[in-house]
Amino acid sequence: MYFESFEAFLQMGRHGPYVWSAYGLSALLIVASLVSAVRSERAARQAVRRLKRRQQLSGESGHESGS
Amino acid sequence: MWSTLVRWYHQLGSPRYFYRFSTVVLPWCWALALCLTGTGLVWGLAFAPEDYQQGNSYRIIFIHVPAASAALSGYVAMGVAGLVALVWRMKMAEIMIRAIAPFGAVLAAVALLTGAIWGKPTWGTYWVWDARLTSMLIMLFLYLGVVALMQAISDSRQAARAAGLLSVVGVINVVIVKYSVEWWNSLHQGSTINITKETTMPAEMLIPLLVSIAGIYLLFAVSVLVRARAEVLRRERKSRWLQEEV
Repeated sequence: MYFESFEAFLQMGRHGPYVWSAYGLSALLIVASLVSAVRSERAARQAVRRLKRRQQLSGESGHESGS
Repeated sequence: MWSTLVRWYHQLGSPRYFYRFSTVVLPWCWALALCLTGTGLVWGLAFAPEDYQQGNSYRIIFIHVPAASAALSGYVAMGVAGLVALVWRMKMAEIMIRAIAPFGAVLAAVALLTGAIWGKPTWGTYWVWDARLTSMLIMLFLYLGVVALMQAISDSRQAARAAGLLSVVGVINVVIVKYSVEWWNSLHQGSTINITKETTMPAEMLIPLLVSIAGIYLLFAVSVLVRARAEVLRRERKSRWLQEEV
């Protein structure tokens, strides 16, 4: 580690507030965007599964009523 | 060579092939992206030496430059997808425009915010209306414009055509952002990493920066793959092949 102590690392000379606010904001934006992407993919996959199940059910019942 | 390219174009142009390809590639991309971003940022924040002029505030570079660089490259990629969508009406290209824009906007915003915070201790101001900063702000608005167009037009193919046009035209702005520090007087410093000229940064700072850049580019790739998969799932929900995949 370049810094002598953990306190020095947090303080970053006198630039701690700048460095940490920059990284905090960046992490917030990036993580929020990735989480929303993953959620929307999962939701879309579940919607396809539901559609598939519904089609299978209606397909089976249709078959039964036909026979 | 040419035939490989043509095959690639056709394979990646098929939502089915893309879906299978991304299923295999995505876990590796996630792992590599998180490893590289984590390593680069921790290295830059805790282990790289202090800058002799700027002190520790320069450590913002390890997120600022990767975000700005990836936002620019992402815009070019979106422009190419826009062109392919406009000229050949390729479905996957339309999906890609939509998949690239949100994270591109996030990275442009990150570059602007971290740049503003870095500007305060370095220049004495958060913001100036100079060429580099203004053209980067325009890039954020272009990204947001593409996102908004995609959401505003309900017919997804028509939406893609409008957003594709905005993507293609906006590529001019990428050139302006890139060369703004050379064409006009700017508070913003010139490029740190040069391909043609010698890079003006010692290895102890350059290596963590390059690692962070690789990490953020990969996170962008992850975001694009995930969003493109979501869009494929929505568009192709009635196809038999997709119902067999899920």
